[in-house]
Amino acid sequence: MSSILAADTLPGDPKEDERPKWDNKFQYILSCVGFAVGLGNIWRFPYLCQTYGGGAFLIPYFIALIFEGIPLFHIELAIGQRLRTGSIGVWSTISPYLKGVGIGCLFVSFLVSLYYNTILMWVMWYFLNSFQSPLPWSSCPPNENRTGSIEECQSSNTVNYFWYRKTLNITADINESGTLQWRLIMCLVACWMIVYICVIRGIETTGKAIYFTALFPYLVLTIFLIRGLTLPGATEGLIYLFTPNMSILQNPQVWLDAATQIFFSLSLAFGGHIAFSSYNPPKNDCEKDAVTIAVVNSMTSLYASVAVFSVLGFKATNDYWDCLDRNILSIINEFDFPDQSIQRDDYAACFAHLNSTQPDRMAHLQLRSCHLQDFLDKSASGTGLAFIVFTEAIVHMPGSPGWAVLFFGMLFSLGLTSMFGNMEGVLTPILDLHILPRSVPKEFITGVICLVCCLSALCFTLQSGSYWLEIFDKYAASLNLLVFAFFEVIGVIYVYGLKRFCDDVEWMTGRRPNLYWQMTWKIISPLLLLIIFVSYIILITQKQPTYESWNPQYDDFPVKQEKFYPGWVQGICVMLSLLPCIWIPGMALFQLINRRQGKGKNPWSEPYSDKPYEPVQD
Amino acid sequence: MAFSKVLFTLLVFSGYWVRSHRRMVPAQRSAQANLSGAKDAFKVRLSLKTALGDKAYTWNENEEYLFKAMVAFSIRTFSSREKIEISNVLLCNVTKRVSFWFVVTDPSENQTVPAGEVQGAIRMNRNRINNAFILNDQTLEFLEIPATLGPPTEPSTPIWVIIFSVVFCLVIVGIVLLIVSGIRQRRRKSKASTEMTDVEDKCETMVTIENGIPCDTLDSKEGRTNRAFAAGDEKLTPL
Repeated sequence: MSSILAADTLPGDPKEDERPKWDNKFQYILSCVGFAVGLGNIWRFPYLCQTYGGGAFLIPYFIALIFEGIPLFHIELAIGQRLRTGSIGVWSTISPYLKGVGIGCLFVSFLVSLYYNTILMWVMWYFLNSFQSPLPWSSCPPNENRTGSIEECQSSNTVNYFWYRKTLNITADINESGTLQWRLIMCLVACWMIVYICVIRGIETTGKAIYFTALFPYLVLTIFLIRGLTLPGATEGLIYLFTPNMSILQNPQVWLDAATQIFFSLSLAFGGHIAFSSYNPPKNDCEKDAVTIAVVNSMTSLYASVAVFSVLGFKATNDYWDCLDRNILSIINEFDFPDQSIQRDDYAACFAHLNSTQPDRMAHLQLRSCHLQDFLDKSASGTGLAFIVFTEAIVHMPGSPGWAVLFFGMLFSLGLTSMFGNMEGVLTPILDLHILPRSVPKEFITGVICLVCCLSALCFTLQSGSYWLEIFDKYAASLNLLVFAFFEVIGVIYVYGLKRFCDDVEWMTGRRPNLYWQMTWKIISPLLLLIIFVSYIILITQKQPTYESWNPQYDDFPVKQEKFYPGWVQGICVMLSLLPCIWIPGMALFQLINRRQGKGKNPWSEPYSDKPYEPVQD
Repeated sequence: MAFSKVLFTLLVFSGYWVRSHRRMVPAQRSAQANLSGAKDAFKVRLSLKTALGDKAYTWNENEEYLFKAMVAFSIRTFSSREKIEISNVLLCNVTKRVSFWFVVTDPSENQTVPAGEVQGAIRMNRNRINNAFILNDQTLEFLEIPATLGPPTEPSTPIWVIIFSVVFCLVIVGIVLLIVSGIRQRRRKSKASTEMTDVEDKCETMVTIENGIPCDTLDSKEGRTNRAFAAGDEKLTPL
């Protein structure tokens, strides 16, 4: 009798009740926004805006957003929400031959996690060093006999010295690996432990952490915006940034960079968004979510560029004043004028007068010409912006340690939210594959993954680590993501079927996708992706890849020396570009062989082939 | 308006330039003495306005007297030449910059004190000379005498190590708490599932029973598989 009573608790319940859920919709939106908004919004977009004619760049950027970014993003969210598994599960369901796309996405997420957390390790190092006044990168340390500063610091400048010597302790060549830097190892371990504590139970814990890590950067950006706009020279920087130069639109490179920027900025094809939306309730308006998150991401980029460029304008003005002051001092010393008798405003007139009356003495002085425009042109992107240009600007701001703490804290939060997405892209498929028995706790699996990543990332703590990071940045992600995104669109629209997909979306959101969605999904986005992919290949293969090394023995030091990658390094570059993509033909071949061999064995008997929710009007 | 301002500035400069050259005339007598010992002379440059702003004092003969006194003091303490007096320190070419040349003569030997000795003396007492004029190494420059930079001040434990330990300890505590709470949650779940079956056995006697089945369980919408029939297939004899 008791066996009948126990019927209520029969293990016939759908598996989906055990699947973790978001606490509320806001958590889900914040996680997706946090994953999309990353370090690239701060240090890549402003640089592109400035290089490509300021306000004019926004035109190709928004066109790419409308025709490429939002449609692809919508597909990812919808397919994850519909099929309710991670990327491997989604692709196995669409077609077993496309399972390789899922495994490739897993690989790329893993590789990107490795080097992305290394950048966070550097951010943490700077963050830890910001709690002192004066900041350690504001002055050169004295040399051995204390007659002056260290030679390397003297010829370049203090921030460069702190970055290349005190932080990276960089070697002059990628062949010389040098030793492991124990300071960086400590920071690396701390970073991976912070990531572990946040992803330890999947979205249960990231959902709580995301409230702080996703909203804190906006607070700091606002503070920097207000402070930046009140600094002298900020308006020059902003005018320079946003002055449109329409002729630049004729250069195809601009369109290519706009499209790639949108693509990488939204973090598409990592599998992270698929994982996030798979934890949603099935009836959720994914169309509105996709448009909202993509627009928020672009607005954040714009907001950040205003803050960044007001500070950069201040820095350029400071550098210009320093240049003027140096020239004025040379003139005063040479002609024995009283101290501070020439003001910055009078410099031009004074210079002209002296040039006409005493040209030979003036020529002997070898004065550098100072133009504000030259200093505004000296922009940087990537780590150069954060660790060199911005740190120098912060040194000149009153209350520098506080600003440094805020800035690096913001960078860390931004990177951490993107890391959550990367880790979900690795974790969710692995958990869905059920490789390990259910009794193994999730904390153990996450711990093992974090440990493996941490040990693999030790190669970036070598002295040549920063060169390797550049290689990973250039080759591991870009091409592979384009390929996966292309297969994503083709797989969902042509293999799964546009009609079936539109039915699913209608079931989930209550509205059928209109003509805009269908046109972009069917034709425009795949075409754009193909064009970008081909252009990328052409650009990469056009010339032999080089890198810039920091070599104090170089004649033109502090200008970086351009060197060619040695043969074995080029081999690794090729391997990094191909390894994730190889899974697609590899798995397809594997499935083909399995099908041919398994006569009588049902080739569709995989854990993901049964769709848990059938549409109502089937 | 701007043009007249520029013109005025230029006039002032040309005035300074002429005046600084005129100033050389009274010093020419000692300049001749300087020229003979020119190899042991050093140029000094002061930037009073840069260092002190509004509180800058004017450079006059009294300040020159103080300077001579400091140099004489340095030579006396460094090389113990006790016969050196303030009058042995000669200044010339004083400009409006303010900059001048100085040289030290030794009356007992009737020649100038060698450059190396002067350099050593100034380096040893640089701090006191700076403080006498409320200046620093950048605003009171002895050209060709390198400054001695202070030793780098490093606390016994660098600050970043302290902050790192704080962050690290917090994270470890957090991880341990989460793991322990996860283990406890799992134990509670397995205990609860065994308790549930015990409670159901007890409830059996108190709930209204119809045909051996409690009434409230019949409320479920999906219906329940009657295992008696489902399992019955095995008992049927195969055809």
